[in-house]
Amino acid sequence: MNATNIAVKAMKIADELHNLYLPVADAAQKTNNIVISSSSGAGDNFVFLFTIFVLAVFIGYYVVWSVTPALHSPLMAITNAISSVIIVGALIAAGPEGWNLAKIFGFIAVILASVNIFGGFIVTQRMLQMFRQKR
Amino acid sequence: MSASLTASLYLLSSVCFIMALRGLSSPKSARIGNIYGIAGMVIAVFTTLALPGVISFGMIVLGVLIGGAIGTVIALRIEMTALPQLVAAFHSLVGLSAVFVAGAAFYAPEAYGIGHAGNIKTASLVEMSIGTAIGAITFTGSIIAFGKLQGIVSGRPLVFPGQHLVNLGLGIFLAALVIWLALDESQTAFWLIVIISLLLGILIIVPIGGADMPVVVSMLNSYSGWAAAGIGFTLSNPLLIIVGALVGSSGAILSYIMCKGMNRSFISVILGGFGGEISGSSEGKEDRIVKQGAAADAAFIMEQATTVIIVPGYGMAVAQAQHSLAEMANLLGEKGVEVRYAIHPVAGRMPGHMNVLLAEANVPYENVLELDEINHDFASTEVVFVIGANDTVNPAAKTDKSSAIYGMPVLNVEEAQTTLVVKRSMASGYAGVDNPLFFSDKTMMLFGDAKKMCEDIVKSLQGSQH
Repeated sequence: MNATNIAVKAMKIADELHNLYLPVADAAQKTNNIVISSSSGAGDNFVFLFTIFVLAVFIGYYVVWSVTPALHSPLMAITNAISSVIIVGALIAAGPEGWNLAKIFGFIAVILASVNIFGGFIVTQRMLQMFRQKR
Repeated sequence: MSASLTASLYLLSSVCFIMALRGLSSPKSARIGNIYGIAGMVIAVFTTLALPGVISFGMIVLGVLIGGAIGTVIALRIEMTALPQLVAAFHSLVGLSAVFVAGAAFYAPEAYGIGHAGNIKTASLVEMSIGTAIGAITFTGSIIAFGKLQGIVSGRPLVFPGQHLVNLGLGIFLAALVIWLALDESQTAFWLIVIISLLLGILIIVPIGGADMPVVVSMLNSYSGWAAAGIGFTLSNPLLIIVGALVGSSGAILSYIMCKGMNRSFISVILGGFGGEISGSSEGKEDRIVKQGAAADAAFIMEQATTVIIVPGYGMAVAQAQHSLAEMANLLGEKGVEVRYAIHPVAGRMPGHMNVLLAEANVPYENVLELDEINHDFASTEVVFVIGANDTVNPAAKTDKSSAIYGMPVLNVEEAQTTLVVKRSMASGYAGVDNPLFFSDKTMMLFGDAKKMCEDIVKSLQGSQH
């Protein structure tokens, strides 16, 4: 008697477990699909880019604190020059064939960034050349 | 070129930029640092030119030639005393190019792989609008800072009632526009973001007075970096993100150092309204006695001394007196006087401004010391020669709790046996605060143009050689 009862109960539990498992498996499958689709789609790599950003802020923090105060003006000039690396975005805009608004914007941005790149590095060089030791 | 090769070259370029900043830890390695910076830029540009989407080079070459020629001419011609306004002007260009790149990404998102016109990814739209906003604020803010430094716009803080409320309102409006753009990709929203940000840039900088310009210039330096990083997020470009973060943190640290040098909080500088006005308390004190002297007296006092410390300030830069000053110091050195220079962190109109001017006048950098390095030496110094500095040598900052500059670190000039102060008149400094140093019986005032005064002292020193 008891043994059959237990067997029946065990089968019921097994059924319930199976029923419980189905939605879980379904959810797991769905999650998997989402993960696959998101890793292949661009734009969802925000966390990846943000990681780079935060680490670069830390590098900047430690590197800049080690700059001697006497060279803070050249530091400003050179950071100004290197922030013109934004020219990368301008080149991509100005790069395609044909004419459209984006290309004109890119062209203007190339000019502006070039003023900065040449101006920034040259003025930094001029400043640094003046720092001399005792003769 | 494969995508992974492109990414590797961008990484190499980023490393070069980090090395460029690292080089500035000492004047010896600094020139190599600049070469690293140039190398990083060359790698970045040529790697981009090799991208498959970049096929038409005519406009690019033309743009680089135009921009490069303008930049080269300006950089070669600029006087070192005008560096702060040059840097401010350059910051404005970074800001404006960020706006144009964002605009290009908005109208041609395919080129950057962030979707199609009318169907740009929401995340990209948010990043784009943030990059645009910071870029536009940097642009107009830097132009106002340039105007103030160049003397086109009054250095006085421009304040009006409800100013902070207006800025806050515009800020909230801007946030709403970013949401609108993200939801709707509306062209109207994009251009409204540009316009409101341009306006905010003006409004943020106009209330800030001339003396706070070192903070403003550093702050805009920081903004130009964050703008580049914002564009980097939009374009999913790690190089732009890394460089933006480096520049952004560099400017932030410089702003912090400048604020600390004035004992001001960053917030109080940004809120503005400080300096430029003569405080009413100085009236009625005009009858106090000051000891006046001539160039010949100053020459005599200094050549009798064994140690002299020179404290230069913005007045030296304005008068272009650095060369005559260095000549004076050299003559004193030939007479066996030990001459050193003491630089306050906020002397001049940008961080490190005085160091560059003294370097221009061939002063060896070992003789130029920072506040922390030299402040204990004043007590054992015979003569201090203050030229064009005022608030940075004001002892009231240490003793007078009612003073507007109370708590600001100052050079302990009053501890020296004798202080010579070169000044155009008895007008107060940029903080509008009275300086008790000028009325001390150990102080001799030398009224006149800083350059003329140095030249006259040089003549006296030369005369006494015969």
